[in-house]
Amino acid sequence: MKKLYFLFWGIIFGIVLIKSEVASWFRIYEMFQFDSFHMYGVIGTAVISGIILTQLLKRMRVKSIDDKELVFQDKDFLPKKYLIGGTIFGLGWALTGACPGPMFALFGAGYYSILIAIVFAILGTLAYGVLKDKLPH
Amino acid sequence: MMEFLLEPWPWYVAGPLISLVMFALIIGGKTFGVSSNLRTICSACGAGKISGFFDFNWKAQTWNLIFILGTLIGGYIAQNHLSNDNSIALASDTVTELKNIGITTENQGYVPSELFDLSNNENVLLAVLLLSIGGFLVGFGTRYAGGCTSGHAITGLSQLQVGSLIAVIGFFIGGLFITHFILPLIF
Repeated sequence: MKKLYFLFWGIIFGIVLIKSEVASWFRIYEMFQFDSFHMYGVIGTAVISGIILTQLLKRMRVKSIDDKELVFQDKDFLPKKYLIGGTIFGLGWALTGACPGPMFALFGAGYYSILIAIVFAILGTLAYGVLKDKLPH
Repeated sequence: MMEFLLEPWPWYVAGPLISLVMFALIIGGKTFGVSSNLRTICSACGAGKISGFFDFNWKAQTWNLIFILGTLIGGYIAQNHLSNDNSIALASDTVTELKNIGITTENQGYVPSELFDLSNNENVLLAVLLLSIGGFLVGFGTRYAGGCTSGHAITGLSQLQVGSLIAVIGFFIGGLFITHFILPLIF
């Protein structure tokens, strides 16, 4: 039953990514050209409504659907890690025009060559795991 | 209603729906972070043997693998049952800029054929190389930063995390560099 719950929300997420064109390489290019409000509108309204929903959940001390504490992870304050890692991610985001979620949505939509990017994203994650202790954080 | 569903969805519909997905995962007792799946896949393939970073109980993350399976199915449904056509109403400045850098397939779908078409493309090796490098950087960078757009830009910023703001600034430093200095040299 819980599996169906996560499958359902994954399906909604995939539909939104395609229907709002967030999964489009061209929309990402346009965003980095600052030519359209579209992507900023999507991310902006997601964050604003996300802040409201998160605050409501925290203040009303809502429990999860299986009656457990909700997970709100505070991120460690490691500016170097976030800035270096984020910049490397941004290089890949602008090249492939897709972050991990849209990669899977695009594959489902029939843009099968994105599989190359997915396989190499897995290899990139593997490389990070192997080199982690040698990198500045 | 159906008419509206078939049109491209505006930003003020998409944004709140994405935060609703985040909300659903949080009250499901989990968090919204797609890139964690890449680490889970490494672990499931036995990468725990070569690095402690992948030595964890990956089966506890099965829910997230199911979530991205759903994302893939959602992509299929949206493309095949909820869309009239694939052309994207890009800003005219963007179309001009794309022509300047040699990309002319902006009205043929979600991705440029110059970069994604592997069957009828004179630069197929270049396309494979760019998709490989791009994918690798996404995977390496997202784990280095501890999250991608869902984990940092949506979930992290929603929880007012300064670290996520720094990560998002990094996303833009990298993205702006590629878009303005590298893509014009490639095609």
